[in-house]
Amino acid sequence: MAIYEKSAAELSAMLDKKEISSAELTKEIFSRINAVEDKVCAYVTLDEENALAQAAEIDRRRAAGEKLSPIAGLPIGIKDNISTKGLRTTCSSRMLENYVPPFDASVMTKLRGAGAVITGKLNMDEFAMGSSTETSYFKKTRNPFDTERIPGGSSGGSAAAVAACEAVMALGSDTGGSIRQPASYCGTVGLKPTYGAVSRYGLVAFASSLDQIGPIARTVEDAAMLLSVICGHDKMDATSAYREYPDFAAQLNGNVSGLKIGIPDEYFGEGIDDEVRDAVMNAAAELEKNGAVLKRISLPSTDYALSSYYIISSAEASSNLARFDGVKYGYRAEEYDGLVDMYEKTRSQGFGAEVKRRIMLGTFVLSSGFFDAYYKKAKLLQRRISAEFTEAFKDVDVIAAPTVPSTAFKIGENMDDPLKMYATDICTVTVNIAGLPAISVPCARKSSQLPIGLQLIGGRFAEQTLLNTAYAYEKIIGGYCLPEL
Amino acid sequence: MVKGYEVVIGLETHAELSTDSKIYCSCPNRFGLEVNSQVCPVCMGMPGTLPTLNEKVVDYAIKMGHALNCTINPVCKQDRKNYFYPDLPKAYQISQADVPLCENGYVDILVDGQTRRIGITRIHIEEDAGKLLHSDKFNGASLVDLNRCGVPLIEIVSEPDLKSSAEAKIYLETLKSILKYLDICDCKMQEGSIRCDVNVSVHKPGEPLGTRTEMKNVNSFSAAVRGIDYEINRQIELLEAGGTVTQETRRWDDVKGVSTSMRSKEDAQDYRYFPEPDLLTIVVEPERIAALKEQIPELPNAKLMRYVKEYGITLKEATFVSESVELAALFDECTQKGSGAPKSYISWIVGDLVKYLNDTGKSIADTAITADKLIELVKVIDDKTISNAGGKKVFAVLLEEDKPIKDIISQLGLSQVSDAAVLEKIADEVLAANEKSVTDYKNGKTNALGYLVGQCMKASKGKANPGMMRDIITKKLS
Repeated sequence: MAIYEKSAAELSAMLDKKEISSAELTKEIFSRINAVEDKVCAYVTLDEENALAQAAEIDRRRAAGEKLSPIAGLPIGIKDNISTKGLRTTCSSRMLENYVPPFDASVMTKLRGAGAVITGKLNMDEFAMGSSTETSYFKKTRNPFDTERIPGGSSGGSAAAVAACEAVMALGSDTGGSIRQPASYCGTVGLKPTYGAVSRYGLVAFASSLDQIGPIARTVEDAAMLLSVICGHDKMDATSAYREYPDFAAQLNGNVSGLKIGIPDEYFGEGIDDEVRDAVMNAAAELEKNGAVLKRISLPSTDYALSSYYIISSAEASSNLARFDGVKYGYRAEEYDGLVDMYEKTRSQGFGAEVKRRIMLGTFVLSSGFFDAYYKKAKLLQRRISAEFTEAFKDVDVIAAPTVPSTAFKIGENMDDPLKMYATDICTVTVNIAGLPAISVPCARKSSQLPIGLQLIGGRFAEQTLLNTAYAYEKIIGGYCLPEL
Repeated sequence: MVKGYEVVIGLETHAELSTDSKIYCSCPNRFGLEVNSQVCPVCMGMPGTLPTLNEKVVDYAIKMGHALNCTINPVCKQDRKNYFYPDLPKAYQISQADVPLCENGYVDILVDGQTRRIGITRIHIEEDAGKLLHSDKFNGASLVDLNRCGVPLIEIVSEPDLKSSAEAKIYLETLKSILKYLDICDCKMQEGSIRCDVNVSVHKPGEPLGTRTEMKNVNSFSAAVRGIDYEINRQIELLEAGGTVTQETRRWDDVKGVSTSMRSKEDAQDYRYFPEPDLLTIVVEPERIAALKEQIPELPNAKLMRYVKEYGITLKEATFVSESVELAALFDECTQKGSGAPKSYISWIVGDLVKYLNDTGKSIADTAITADKLIELVKVIDDKTISNAGGKKVFAVLLEEDKPIKDIISQLGLSQVSDAAVLEKIADEVLAANEKSVTDYKNGKTNALGYLVGQCMKASKGKANPGMMRDIITKKLS
């Protein structure tokens, strides 16, 4: 097995035993990047020079006998909507093509504090709006398992880079499925934490009440390791939860005996590919064989989730993205006549079609006369969806569902049909609407050999239960496998 | 009533709160420093930054809510008000829409000696925006100073209860004195600490309310008076000419003394308010609301009414003293502990004391003037131990040195002679030495009396009780 293919846990142990240095590992990852990046196109910005300097610093500290975090010295990629001080953060938008943040996101402060080596910034759908990473202003990232296909989105660069071993792990962000869906398409593990578990400070906001940063990794243990580093209260984020978190990786065990797994009818009906349905049902059956108890449940408001999600997320986005007005930073139209014209031209030219579509949708649903019919109703549905989950978790520990209704589609296939594109989020958005944690873990392959994800949803702050269940399943079926590139 | 029309005015008053730091970040809240020096990524609205609420702002606003007799909402939220302008880096202002922190209050103001109760619709918290800078030096560009972004504001919305520009001014001055009293706002008008938007309509008595207009950019109380009067006259002229008033937002130009239309109702901005998802619901415990209420002292408007109505003090003096925490405290202590006339205490305070404080820039604490001293001083004057003129000398000493009043009186030899026998003797001597004046007086030159009394005072080295002296001379000459 090549070094770059190894899991974070294995590499962490090797670094600890000084079987490899972080500098060597970082060089190894960059040579892997050089070998496959042309095919995958995962990165918007590479930062090799600083990565090597960070690696050297960690090696020095390790040599000096310092006690280091398990992720110290591991090359990690960052989604390009997470602010990195001194390293441009584009959100894959023309609007921020040359924007270099003057501060680090709180997760970056934590990663740097833990000694992570930052490889660079990963491609995404523009401002995280999209399900295929095709709305990026810069490039189309490809699925490492079939480079004709999309890697999913919006954290497509993160999932593809991890799947292609261009980073040991990566951070993504998930507003409606943007970690889980690409993780599923790329055969990796992606976890969307409970809303409030990870600080959003420095994450360029898409939909403030739904956004969460989370890990994408090749194994459940790796995801647990990275999650432990980024979780925690942050006084810079008023919505961050005030609580302590366990060492998720250390607490992992493959025991699902007696675990009650809910199978919600609504996630296995129309619109779900047969092979996806079969794969997820088989996964549930495997867990049952290992002692878990399956229980059919119903989450009747699921049908409304997608509409409420698109109303709430677009409403917040229309306001969050208003600051990109050409005044202070980012793109400004070259020629304009007066202030209003400057705003119009800057925003017309700086944003791509999908972002503009969401801004218009969001502006509309917040407009006077429409607010009650759309935004207010969507918030009511949000409460109902949340309540149904709360009720469900009285009877079950975990809910199992597909992450995405189908496997990765071809590049360009859905670009002309936004509604079809939005429908790929059908299984993931409810989790964000309810503020819950969920993980996508690779399950069996369908005949085309494209990865399929099993989604496990937990109650608030039940990350450990999700990780344990996913870990048990991964042990049964083997989890990640290296794509041929 | 103006020209047969009733006038209806409502005010939206913005006051900058004098907290140490800004409302949503830890930047210092200071005025007048180098442009863009009091800023951080949060108040500059950099991508990815998040606001966190400064709880002091909530306390300050609740205090004002108590002062204006409002209901304090124990649970309220913050909302985004969306609009584009270069001084607003996030392109939304965090404010409060449908659930303000304080609502349904009132404030009593004194108009022509009568108490008028003005309704307060609501008080909410919000952040201030930056400032655009225009100059010929910028080659046609405008620059923006973001220092003011995130300065905490409260917006105080009145009911349309005000009936004239004069009332509006008294209302604004009352708000100002309360803000100052609570020590929650600098009230520096020239720095824009208090600004207001004015809503005005006119109608004939007995007829329904007229269409209102809103006027922005009113940056001083005198501008408010001018703007309101201009708007009243403009509306009446329109109506008298058979026209109608259109609902619109107007901009006041105080230099030109005119208002111009900014936008009509049809063009009214849709701010697309929605709950601020980056901030939690504000929950204020009942204990905290009660504790803040206990911190509210007797307010200047209540003092003013008490001084005028109970003590018969002139409006001018009463206003002056009630608006100063220090002076009012001194005066109140004097009236509570002393038996002298409140008018006597207040005239010392607004006279010699204030003049000295203004001249020297000192505070009362820098002088030896205390309520006890002032009470004693008024007492020795009232019982004629010393004269008023002597009192001024004693007061002058007390401004600089802390000495017992009786020591000052004896050191300066100020004890007044009120012994009739002594005064009669002086009078006899002076009358004997001034025969011509006596004759003049008897021939009808009454001003000779003043001269003779003056001679007596001189002979007594100023210690003679001047009232008694005058009586004695008059008697002797008749």
